[in-house]
Amino acid sequence: MYDLPQQLVNGFALGSVYALIAIGYTMVYGIIGLINFAHGEIYMIGAYSGIVALVALPSLGFGFFPLMLLLALVIAVVLTGGYGYALEKVAYKPLRGSPRLVPLISAIGMSIFLQNYVANGQSNKNLALQPIISDRWEWFGDTPFHLTISVLQAIIFAITVLSMLSLELFIAKSKMGRACRACAEDLGMAKLLGIDVDKVISLTFVIGAALAAVAGVLVALYYGVVTPYMGFLAGMKAFTAAVLGGIGSIPGAMLGGLLLGLAESFTAAYLSSEYQDVVAFSLLILVLLFRPTGLLGKPEIEKV
Amino acid sequence: MNKMLLALACGVVFPGAFAKDTITIALAGPTTGPVTQYGTMQNTGAQMAIEWLNKQGGMNGRKIVAKIFDDACEPKQAVSVANQIVNDKIRFVVGHLCSSSTLPAAEIYDEEGIVMVTPAATNPALTQKGYATIFRTIGTDAQSAPTSARYIADVLKPKHIALLHDKQQYGQGLAEGVKKVLAEKGVAVDILEGVNRGQTDFSALITKLKKDAVDFVYWGGYHPELGLIIRQGADQGFKPQYMGADGIDNPDLFAIAGEAADGILATVPKNFADDPKNAELIEAFKTAGKDPSGPFVLPGYAAVQVMVDAANKVKSDDPALVAAEMHKATFATPIGAISYQENGDMNHFKSVIYTLRADGSRELKSE
Repeated sequence: MYDLPQQLVNGFALGSVYALIAIGYTMVYGIIGLINFAHGEIYMIGAYSGIVALVALPSLGFGFFPLMLLLALVIAVVLTGGYGYALEKVAYKPLRGSPRLVPLISAIGMSIFLQNYVANGQSNKNLALQPIISDRWEWFGDTPFHLTISVLQAIIFAITVLSMLSLELFIAKSKMGRACRACAEDLGMAKLLGIDVDKVISLTFVIGAALAAVAGVLVALYYGVVTPYMGFLAGMKAFTAAVLGGIGSIPGAMLGGLLLGLAESFTAAYLSSEYQDVVAFSLLILVLLFRPTGLLGKPEIEKV
Repeated sequence: MNKMLLALACGVVFPGAFAKDTITIALAGPTTGPVTQYGTMQNTGAQMAIEWLNKQGGMNGRKIVAKIFDDACEPKQAVSVANQIVNDKIRFVVGHLCSSSTLPAAEIYDEEGIVMVTPAATNPALTQKGYATIFRTIGTDAQSAPTSARYIADVLKPKHIALLHDKQQYGQGLAEGVKKVLAEKGVAVDILEGVNRGQTDFSALITKLKKDAVDFVYWGGYHPELGLIIRQGADQGFKPQYMGADGIDNPDLFAIAGEAADGILATVPKNFADDPKNAELIEAFKTAGKDPSGPFVLPGYAAVQVMVDAANKVKSDDPALVAAEMHKATFATPIGAISYQENGDMNHFKSVIYTLRADGSRELKSE
C-alpha cells in the first residue's frame, strides 16, 4: 500500500475528467429531465477541436505553452459550445413536451450522427499529438513511497478546480444562475414568473458543452490520442459518475466523478486492470439498487 | 404462369448476373476504426497483386476485380461482412485481418466452401478446426511467441517481467504463448494482466509495475493502447524495455508515444521489402505512390497470388478444386516459396526481431 498517494493522484486526474463531463449530464437532467446521450460526442468534438488547435497554434507563432493552452481552451469551448447549442435546437427543442422516450431516441440518433460526422471529416484513424511537456515533480526518490506528479496532471487539477469554482459561483450569484436554479425547481412556474425558459435551457447545454470541451482539451493534451469513437465509453463513465453523485445535483457530479476515478485506479492497482470497467459499472448498479437518488441527490417530489 | 412471369422479370432486372467476364476477390479487413492502418497494408498488397496478375492474364483469362469490405476489426461486423460476401456469390477472400474477426468469419466461409487466405490473422485456433479452404500467408502466434520468449530468456534476461495484453484473441494468445515458453525455460513472470480495449488511462497500472520494479514489458495487442502505456509510463519516469509483435509495427506508435517508444523490440515477419528478389515489385509500389514496407503488405500480395496461381493451374475457379491444389503445390511468392500443411498453415514461416527507432529506421536483432 506504499503507493497509495500515487494511486490517489492517478485516480484524481482520471476522476477530474469524468467530473467535468458529468456536469453536462447532470445540469441538463436537472432542468429538463432528459439524459443527453449525445453528450459523450460533444466531449469528443471538444477533444478534436483541442488537438487541432494545439497542433495548429505553434505554427502560427503561439508556441509559448501557457498562452497556447489558453487559446486552445478558448477555441475548443467556443466551438463546442456552438455544437451544444445547435444540438439542443435541432434535436431536443422540437420534441419538448413529448413523451420522455422520444428525445432519448433523438439523443442516440444525434450521438451516432456526430460520430460519423467526425469520422468522415477527420478520417476515422486515431489522431495523435506528441507530448508537449513531459516535466514532472518527484518526491522520495528511491523509497517505496516514491511519488510523481506530472505538470500535466497538475494542470488538469488546477483547471478542473477553477472551472468548478466558476460554475458554482455563476449558479449561486449571477442572475442567469438564479434563473437556472428556478427552472430546475419548477420549469412551468419559472415560465409563469417571466423567466425566458428557452434561453435558460440553451445556456445549460452550452455550459455542459463548454465543460466537456475543457475535459476534451485536457485529455488531448494528457493522453495525446483522440478518435471519433472516444465519446461513447467516456460518456458512459461520466453518466455513471453523474448517477453516483445524484443526477441533477452539480456537487454530486463532481463528487461522483472523483469517486469513480478513484475506484478505477484502485481496482487497477490492487486487483487487476481487467476488472476496472466491471467495478465502475457495478458501482452504478449498486447505487441504483440501494440509493437511487445517488449520494447527494434529493428524492423527486411528485408535484400535484 | 405467375412463376414464368417472375422468372422473366428476374431475367430483365439482372441480365448482368449471367454474363460474367470478371471474377471478384473480396478484400475483408478494417478500413475504419483504430487499426485501419493494418487493413490498408493488406489491401495495398492485394490490389497490387491483382494489378500484376491481370497483366499476366488474370484468373483463367478473366479479369480479377477487388471488392473491399470493412469489418472494422469487430467480430460482429466481420460476421455480417462474411454473410454479405456469401450473398454476393464471391468465392475468394483475402482477409480478415484481426484474429478476433477472422475466427467467426472463417466459420461461415468454411460452411459455404469459400477459399479464404488471411495475410494477417495469427491466432493458432484458426487452423486447428479442420477447415479445408482456410489458409494463411503469415506465421502464427505459436511461432512468434516462442521467438520472443527465447530472446527474452536468452538475450535480454530481465529481472522482473510483465506480460500485458488487450484481452482479444490475438493479444491474449500472444501473451499467454510467451508465458508458456518462458515457464518451460524456468523464467518467472511477475505480472500477467489484461487491459480493456479502448482504455486510455493506464497510470494506475504503471504505478503498479513501477512498484514491482518491472524492467521488461511484453505487449500482446495493437499499437494504440501500447502507445498510451509507453507515453504515460514516461510521464511517471517508468522506462522499461518494451517488446511487441506485428500488431505494433506501425509508425503511429511513435506518433502517440513520441521519443519514449524509441528502441522498442518487435517480433515480426522478416521485412520482405528488403529482399533483392522483390526489387522490381517494390519499385512498382513506389511508382504507384504506395508504401510496401508494412508487415502485411507482401503477405497480402501473396494471398492473392496463391489463389490465382492455383486456379490457373487447375483451369477452374471452383473453390474446392483451387483449395485442393493449394494444399498440394508450392508457390513462388514475394514472401518466399509457400507450401501448405494439412491445416492451412504454411510449412515454413520465420519471425525475426527488430529494434524500432523513432526516426522510422529498424535494426535486425536476431534471425
